[in-house]
Amino acid sequence: MERPLSGTRPAPPRPRAAGRPLGWLVPAVTVGGLLPAVILIQDAVSGALGANPIQRATLQTGLLTLALLVLSLACTPLRLLTRWTWPARIRKSLGLLAFGYGVLHFLIYLFDHGFSLGVMVDDVVKRPFVTAGFTALLLMVPLALTSRKDSVKRLGFQRWTRLHQLVYVAVSLGVLHYYWGVKKDHTPPLIYAGIVIALFVVRWAAPRLRSGPRPARPAPGRPG
Amino acid sequence: FVRPARPLGPYDTKEAVTPWEQATTYNNFYEFGTDKGDPARMAASLKPRPWTVKIDGEVKKPQTVDIDTLQGWFPLEDRIYRMRCVEGWSMVMPWLGFPLASLIRRIEPTSKAKYVQFTALYDPKQFPGQRGNVLDWPYVEGLRLDEALHPLTLLAVGLDGRVLPNQNGAPLRLVVPWKYGFKNIKSIVKITLTEQQPKTTWALAAPDEYGFYANVNPAVPHPRWSQATERRIGELGRRATLPFNGYADQVAGLYKGMDLRKNF
Repeated sequence: MERPLSGTRPAPPRPRAAGRPLGWLVPAVTVGGLLPAVILIQDAVSGALGANPIQRATLQTGLLTLALLVLSLACTPLRLLTRWTWPARIRKSLGLLAFGYGVLHFLIYLFDHGFSLGVMVDDVVKRPFVTAGFTALLLMVPLALTSRKDSVKRLGFQRWTRLHQLVYVAVSLGVLHYYWGVKKDHTPPLIYAGIVIALFVVRWAAPRLRSGPRPARPAPGRPG
Repeated sequence: FVRPARPLGPYDTKEAVTPWEQATTYNNFYEFGTDKGDPARMAASLKPRPWTVKIDGEVKKPQTVDIDTLQGWFPLEDRIYRMRCVEGWSMVMPWLGFPLASLIRRIEPTSKAKYVQFTALYDPKQFPGQRGNVLDWPYVEGLRLDEALHPLTLLAVGLDGRVLPNQNGAPLRLVVPWKYGFKNIKSIVKITLTEQQPKTTWALAAPDEYGFYANVNPAVPHPRWSQATERRIGELGRRATLPFNGYADQVAGLYKGMDLRKNF
């Protein structure tokens, strides 16, 4: 336990990153998160993506987007349940990685359709599963743009928090996109849906279950 | 694949044949599992010999026949056909088989016969995918009698001159090249001539997405994706999908006067 997570006093200011325990954590998550992209490119070059490489790459980047988004969403519930602080430190990296894979997923889709704007508009308008995925990605754009620390200051904590609640909408649409995109076996998207719902429940219930006095507002540096 | 050293027949496409490796590792065969790689991975669990096919319904000669006897009745023919999957990809397959029409004539349909219903093997011991209920097993497909009698319609027992690999539907599968791939039922154990239109597996599973006819039609999109283009396996880009998968000259007449948007 590095710092108390709840108490009547605000937490002390954060020490500088370089000297912190677990200083390797964020670089490790970043490198680890980029690794699937490297493997994907390597497989694409060596022909290891199978008979339908474009479809395989589309699926893999889509799954990575969703998995990383779910991991980033798990950080706060994990922190609330365990009172560990390190999950909060990797949340941003996971969110940005998710966005990166989402953009890659979208670019592969565009490539697949010859970068035809007409096909894209047609798909977004006519096919609910594309509409859901496209909207989810759009919703992640403002989140990625305001992921820097100074964005919190510039927007104000309250507004920044409210804006970043969009991630719940994005992940829900992402799961729906996956569910609608699957031909028949809905088990994997339903597993994602179950995890997302469980995270919502923990997120909602954990602060309410905590015994003892709670601060009236979250401590600085730990946006909820 | 090596292109067969024979002159092309009237039904063969001149297009490049899909490599064996891809044609036998990228398959939709949910009896083995829903992943494209599952059929090749699990193929060994299917025992295609001994195998019998039951022929019943509106026929004058109902019988149960051994697969080797059955395929011995007819001269086997090579047919290089395009195969278009409803998911938007396609292959060129060098089938080996005999026209379904030959079998139907031999078993002599009664005057009541209007449709042909095919039933695939149900055996969760051989088909691990049948231990779940992703589809309502056994897999059932069907054709109108005139579609079944069309010279393009094939019962395949081989691929590229070899015995049909298990993952491609051994020992006996249907090939109807102007329809989406899911019509091509694999590992057939029963052929029934019926008066009523058969209730087919995918049409039951998702009636708004998959119809009885399932003719390849770029003008009628799947509710979730367009059918205007397809990716030929082995190519990166997409090509335009042709009406009736390019067999319109031969088969469009079967559907004269039908609204193919309704009868999709």
